[in-house]
Amino acid sequence: MPIAYAPTTVPVVVDDVKCIADKGCTVCVDVCPLDVLRISDLTGKAYMKYDECWYCMPCETDCPTGAVTVNIPYLLR
Amino acid sequence: MDEIKQGLSEIECDVLVIGGGTAGPMAAYKAKRRNPKARVVLLEKANVKRSGAIAMGMDGLNNAVVPGFATPEQYTKEITIANDGICDQAPVYKYASRCFDVIQELDSFGIKFQKTENGDFDVKKVHHLGSYVLPMPNGETVKKALYRQLRREKVLISNRYMATRLLTAKDGRIAGVIAVNTRSAEFLVLRAKTVILCTGAAGRLGLPQSGYLWGTYENATNSGDGYAMAYHAGAGLANIECYQINPLIKDYNGPACAYVAGPFGAYTANSEGNRFIECDYWSGQMMQEFYNELQSGKGPVFLKLNHLHSDTVGQIEAVLHKVERPSRGRFHENRGTNYREKMIEMHISEIGLCSGHSASGVFVDEFARTTVTGLYSAGDMASVPHNYMLGAFTNGAVAGEHAVDFAAEVDVPDYDRDDVVREQERVLAPTQRDDGIPPNQLEYKARRLVNDYLQPPKVTAKMQIGQARLAEVRDDLDNAMVVRDSHELMRALEVSSILDCADMAAYASLFRTESRWGLYHNRVDYPEKNEEDWFCHSILSKRDGRMTAEKRAVEPYLVPIDESERDAYDRQRIRQHA
Repeated sequence: MPIAYAPTTVPVVVDDVKCIADKGCTVCVDVCPLDVLRISDLTGKAYMKYDECWYCMPCETDCPTGAVTVNIPYLLR
Repeated sequence: MDEIKQGLSEIECDVLVIGGGTAGPMAAYKAKRRNPKARVVLLEKANVKRSGAIAMGMDGLNNAVVPGFATPEQYTKEITIANDGICDQAPVYKYASRCFDVIQELDSFGIKFQKTENGDFDVKKVHHLGSYVLPMPNGETVKKALYRQLRREKVLISNRYMATRLLTAKDGRIAGVIAVNTRSAEFLVLRAKTVILCTGAAGRLGLPQSGYLWGTYENATNSGDGYAMAYHAGAGLANIECYQINPLIKDYNGPACAYVAGPFGAYTANSEGNRFIECDYWSGQMMQEFYNELQSGKGPVFLKLNHLHSDTVGQIEAVLHKVERPSRGRFHENRGTNYREKMIEMHISEIGLCSGHSASGVFVDEFARTTVTGLYSAGDMASVPHNYMLGAFTNGAVAGEHAVDFAAEVDVPDYDRDDVVREQERVLAPTQRDDGIPPNQLEYKARRLVNDYLQPPKVTAKMQIGQARLAEVRDDLDNAMVVRDSHELMRALEVSSILDCADMAAYASLFRTESRWGLYHNRVDYPEKNEEDWFCHSILSKRDGRMTAEKRAVEPYLVPIDESERDAYDRQRIRQHA
């Protein structure tokens, strides 16, 4: 059986203008307990790849440029 | 990143600590301090900097035994009563006697504890009988402070490795662990003289009512891997039927009010705004009254702060919205709910296994030893009841020190190479399929079944249906699960832990044919507490490949409990005044 993708709005949003992942920063990816953030090959910026968020906020707190915002996942709002 | 690679390497150490949350770092630190020559490795599935229950810090100590406010005897008595008498007191007493030293040590790391104007510790009363709650004004810094100490002591840290199975020697001793890298699927065999399991609660067992798999009370990384590993290595697990269930803000995984807002005058109320429980301290008996009120015409249940002065609420918010669960303020903002204006709806959490809050954990003695030689455990997953964060630190210290001494006297045991080959095959099996069921669907179904059949009130026939349905999910996990990258592989392995914990929860719940610990083990078809047959631990273990359970006597009390005190925690409901 083929595997389909279920669309989901992700809680963690990264401001590409502020994000310095393309300069080598990986702080948010490193600190996420659920390991759901990655650096995009396309843009060089961090993004949420897996919607498996505990909305715990190390990514936002530890980001050196204030590029990351953690929202409450839609199902909980 | 995330593609599946081939690889197998091996390292050797004296003390291997699995889990870098709260107990783990302290165990590793203490082991290294005691014997600087020892090779101490700390293995972590995430990153030690921000892992575990205190990833964002903690607002305070729930169970501090501070001289002048409480004695180890009083605390041991309180926890024995709170846990319905089923308590080996030696580990609790040891914790209570040692935890003040640990408080002073944490203070030397830069973690502050609240003091009054007179310079005394500002201990608050939240428990039914004694005073043990001590706020931490800079509690958000606790992980950073710990991490600094680990670096200073040169503890070897391996992040992003998930331990999957413990290795044992021919004589049954612990020999190490097999781990898999969560970003490359490469294997690492860690041979060790001693292993300390500190992987936290089995918190991803029930499904939160929101339906979001990751909205659990416990850090969602805590999928019960340690419970599963201990089980498969033959260790005994104690009182697994004594679930963890917590009172939370409805739809948000923030704890309610007992420890932070309670001392300021906030309380748990029914829809009429009235108190219905005497004491907000988390116990199974309190949770039963909470559940009763939810189901009653006076439900649901609320957190009441709107009678407090706006500045007082501000003080509470400054803690609740900053430490431990800092996204809480955002949740209320979205909902348009403000503590000052209205009572906030509460609900009970999904079920989990956890000794930190209740009493379901891998059996340990007062030296944090499990029933497997060389295997230790501390923190939420070890069976010291109600031990919370300070218990994780203190018992982690006990484990680290004992393990490093033990390691000095023994060689690194040999292990069976075939065990590693078999484990590699098991782990990688879902990566060999082109087609099948992804782990997230298996997990959703397993946890939905946990809610439908395993959560209390527990009914025998429902439990049995649950077991049969969960066996079907396991069959799918073994034969039809498909995994496409190493991140998904980690999730797949976690589902395997979740299923193991669900099986243990059902098995242990059916074994104990009485009701005890309030809601935690409310068996509807055995509604009474049965002291004659069940004043004992239940110990679950794997024997000859099968799950078994047996009774184990409660050790004679060190601190006697008077007959009149025994049921103090049964009197939670506020009595109607004439």
